[in-house]
Amino acid sequence: MASSPYFSLAVLFFAALGFGLAPLALAWLWGRVFSPAKPNAVKNAIYECGLESKGDAWVQFQSAYYLYAIIFLIFDVEAVFLLPFAVAFTGLGIAACLAMLVFVLMLVEGLAWAWAKGVLTWA
Amino acid sequence: MAVDKELKIELGKQGVFVTTIEELYNWGRRSSIWPMQFGLACCAIEMIATTMARYDLARFGAEVFRPSPRQADLMIISGTVTKKMAPQVVRLYNQMAEPRYVIAMGACAISGGPFKQGYNVLKGIDRYIPVDVHIPGCPPRPEALLQAFMTLQKKIDGQSLTGENRPRHLNADAPGEFPVPVQGEHDLEPPANHLVWPLPVKQGTGNCVQGSEKQ
Repeated sequence: MASSPYFSLAVLFFAALGFGLAPLALAWLWGRVFSPAKPNAVKNAIYECGLESKGDAWVQFQSAYYLYAIIFLIFDVEAVFLLPFAVAFTGLGIAACLAMLVFVLMLVEGLAWAWAKGVLTWA
Repeated sequence: MAVDKELKIELGKQGVFVTTIEELYNWGRRSSIWPMQFGLACCAIEMIATTMARYDLARFGAEVFRPSPRQADLMIISGTVTKKMAPQVVRLYNQMAEPRYVIAMGACAISGGPFKQGYNVLKGIDRYIPVDVHIPGCPPRPEALLQAFMTLQKKIDGQSLTGENRPRHLNADAPGEFPVPVQGEHDLEPPANHLVWPLPVKQGTGNCVQGSEKQ
């Protein structure tokens, strides 16, 4: 077995594994043996902002929110591209302006489509 | 058995370092007191100043303000504790892991300060939780908070791991839970935790009953 060319790799693998696991195991052992555990209901509460938690964590969100996320993306992407465009505006030619116009119009078209579909009206 | 202090200094001169588990343990504890990121009023501004470059709380190993009580060792009551806020403060204290310490910073945290006669201010947080160091002042300067830190470090250093003087977390009989007060009709219920506040408290206003006072 020791003559296998992969033997040293296996040794290194287990050394690396031990290097990662030993501190975790030591920390766990230290916690188990030495840490003063004084649990109580207040301490074990889930919420840690001083207030008592109310209700259930399993709250349902309307799936219709994804439409808002998508429409937000229109403006988000627009802002990302418009800012460098605006910064370099004075040095740009007519072609760059036309390209930007097409881009903005495409996004506007998306918004108009969403508007026409009645997405912006919350029902 | 502890090593004689002079012998220890003599050995230190010869390059031999002698210590005890207790000293090491306390050195570790006092050098890494992580406060809770928790400010209540104007004293909190001074507390923030203490952590910044000019006063530099990091020199004492206490710059890591933790946003969760579960990771904090020290609660700095930095300012006025209103009766509305007191249950939250006590609950946060309960959620801190042992060993935990409390510094009452400023006149309000100690006694209600200038608002002592007010109807809505707690007359000192030590009515509900045990306070280790009190800092007078309105608000105390950052130097005063540093002094309180050093005082707390000295206190931790002086604790032995066994015997009567041992820290609370090593004492299995010491209480781990401090009752959280609730808003009553006129005052917090109960007006004080008698385990940590032995003095009498007048029901209703939360004021202390003076011996000669008849009301």
